[in-house]
Amino acid sequence: MSGQEFLKALPWVALLIAAVFVPFVAGPYWLSMATTMAMFVVLATSWALFSGPTHYISLATAAFFGVGTFVTGLGFQTLPFWMLPLIAAGLGGILAALVGMVTLRLSGVYFVIFTLGLAELVRQVVTWVQNQTGQRGMYVLTSITERDIYWMLLGLAALVYLAGWLIGRSKLGFALRIIGNDETVARHVGIDTALAKVALFTIPGMAAAAVGAMLAPRYIYIEPSTAFAPLLSFQVVIMALLGGTGRLWGPLAGVIPFTLLWEFITRQAPNQTLLLLGVVFLLIVYVLPGGFVGLWARIRRRFHQGGGA
Amino acid sequence: MLRRTLMTATATLALAIAGLGAASAQETIRLGAAAPQSGPLAGGAAVTHWPAVRLWVHQTNEAGGLQLANGKAMIELVEYDDQTNPQQAIQAAQRLATQDQVDFMVSPYSTGLNLAAAPIFAQLGYPQITGTAVTNQQPELAAQFPNMFFLLGRTGVMAEDTARVLVELREAGSIGNRVALVNVADAFGIEMLGISKAVLQDAGFEIVYESSYPLGTQDLAPIIDGAKSAEADAFIAWSYPGDTFALTDQAIVQGFAPSVFFTAVATAFPGYAARFGDQIEGVMGMGGVNADDPAFKAFVEAHTALAGQGPDFWASAATYATLEVLGQAIEAVGSADRAAVLTHLQDRANSYETILGPVNFNENNDNERYWTVGQWQNGVFRGVAARGRDGAVDVQLFDGWN
Repeated sequence: MSGQEFLKALPWVALLIAAVFVPFVAGPYWLSMATTMAMFVVLATSWALFSGPTHYISLATAAFFGVGTFVTGLGFQTLPFWMLPLIAAGLGGILAALVGMVTLRLSGVYFVIFTLGLAELVRQVVTWVQNQTGQRGMYVLTSITERDIYWMLLGLAALVYLAGWLIGRSKLGFALRIIGNDETVARHVGIDTALAKVALFTIPGMAAAAVGAMLAPRYIYIEPSTAFAPLLSFQVVIMALLGGTGRLWGPLAGVIPFTLLWEFITRQAPNQTLLLLGVVFLLIVYVLPGGFVGLWARIRRRFHQGGGA
Repeated sequence: MLRRTLMTATATLALAIAGLGAASAQETIRLGAAAPQSGPLAGGAAVTHWPAVRLWVHQTNEAGGLQLANGKAMIELVEYDDQTNPQQAIQAAQRLATQDQVDFMVSPYSTGLNLAAAPIFAQLGYPQITGTAVTNQQPELAAQFPNMFFLLGRTGVMAEDTARVLVELREAGSIGNRVALVNVADAFGIEMLGISKAVLQDAGFEIVYESSYPLGTQDLAPIIDGAKSAEADAFIAWSYPGDTFALTDQAIVQGFAPSVFFTAVATAFPGYAARFGDQIEGVMGMGGVNADDPAFKAFVEAHTALAGQGPDFWASAATYATLEVLGQAIEAVGSADRAAVLTHLQDRANSYETILGPVNFNENNDNERYWTVGQWQNGVFRGVAARGRDGAVDVQLFDGWN
């Protein structure tokens, strides 16, 4: 790492360290908000790692997340808790690789539809297995507190950022940017596009499954209908797009204002939250096509032009 | 615009005009409630949960409030929508406790949401008296959350009692030996099917048809078709609201009329009777009430007057009773001191008078007296089996869709 890169990374490391101390200063309400934000930061950032460069919109977050919660539900009594997010990440990665191999040769809308169906498919399979084995809804009664969950999520977020930074510098990252710009060109210059896409698709799969495993103790009662709730997938997409996917910090810039706004709307007009989701989506499409990242780039450009004139 | 009832303001104003300056320390008790107003369970909550909660607040304030040591206290209700989402249920409970600083909270709606909110209730010391959580884990839950109480009953007992009704009917020579068992393939349906099947097989019943269907299945014709061609004497469906209606619909269409027709959740809803009218005479379902009890009759009347619709014949009364228990505990303590109220509730010697009848809690915070099976008789869903409750009526045979 060069000195300049180190200086660039410094404020982010400082931010992370500051975030570690949030539970000591925040009351229970803000801790719970911070946990929700940490969850969406991991989900949206890992989502953007894949969907940002490739422009494939994945709605599979809920599927991976649900798999993770079930790993905890099935394993928390027999295995030490720290193993569960790892196992979940492994399963999430395998599931993502399988799905990727089947679908990433498709492009555009076919991929979107398949990922949307995936959560439903996995939910029905889990339900079918439960039905065959006579398994019931699962109670995850542990001594894990919200504080523990927050710190685990923060650690995972740090890993996701590290992975994103490493990929950005690697050949894989370069290959993906080419694929995103023109897949045919990428193939012609000798990039194995399918392999590159599958490799990267496993990252959001692993991250979302690990998040699910970490959050299961917060939900206590695990059942397929709540573990695989499709709304989660849409929330993640909208937060990531609001922030913008061009930069690693983009999704973070989307998650924080969106979570606060969602909370505000829930308090003031409890029935209008879905409306908010729709309005923000329209806003992204018409006003902020590149999200806050795009806006920031535009402002900077204008500033530089203004300064030069 | 925070959604609070205007009732409080009006009532307080009325008192002020009456010039009761003597009762100077006029206190208000803030009661928080988060439950579905949107999402998959919004329909159920609109029948069972919200009208019962609002009715109790309305009636308590009409009566001048709760009697505390230093005068009467009115109830102010703060409502939130948890969107049928555990994440939101947690957030809403947290917000009610720490931002709105409510004195007490109404327990959420449904087993899943109650459990999601349980750590927040426990951590912040709020009593959580549940009226819509059915589980078999009361001992484990009470050990983990000593502030959580249960009014609606145990799943295991309800499945067992349903099977027992069949055993009794067979012993009386009213039905044969052939049973069709179906379930919605979800945690609830799977668990109930397992327990009831074991009891029936032990009692020597023959399971002539067994099937399950995914939650949200629209077309249940094959299920009814299968049960009909298996010539079952009794049909037991561990169903959710949507499929309860769809199964009944199909049975009417196909003329499937076994001697016992049982569907589980929502059979006790007023909407079920509104939809099928006289045809459902003799249909059995989960839950039940003592429909002849004057307290319940008064509840139905007040509920209809306030909400424009009647209560269901099962969990509506239990939801209302959770607040009666809470109110009586607050009055017994004489203040809105949460810790003292919780201590009062945890004292097993205390008992409470509710529209369900007397309620008290055992070492697992469980009220062991509840209704398990009900049947539509003359337009009323009457309890035919119960644990520790009086007023169960005799089971009638189902004599076809009229």
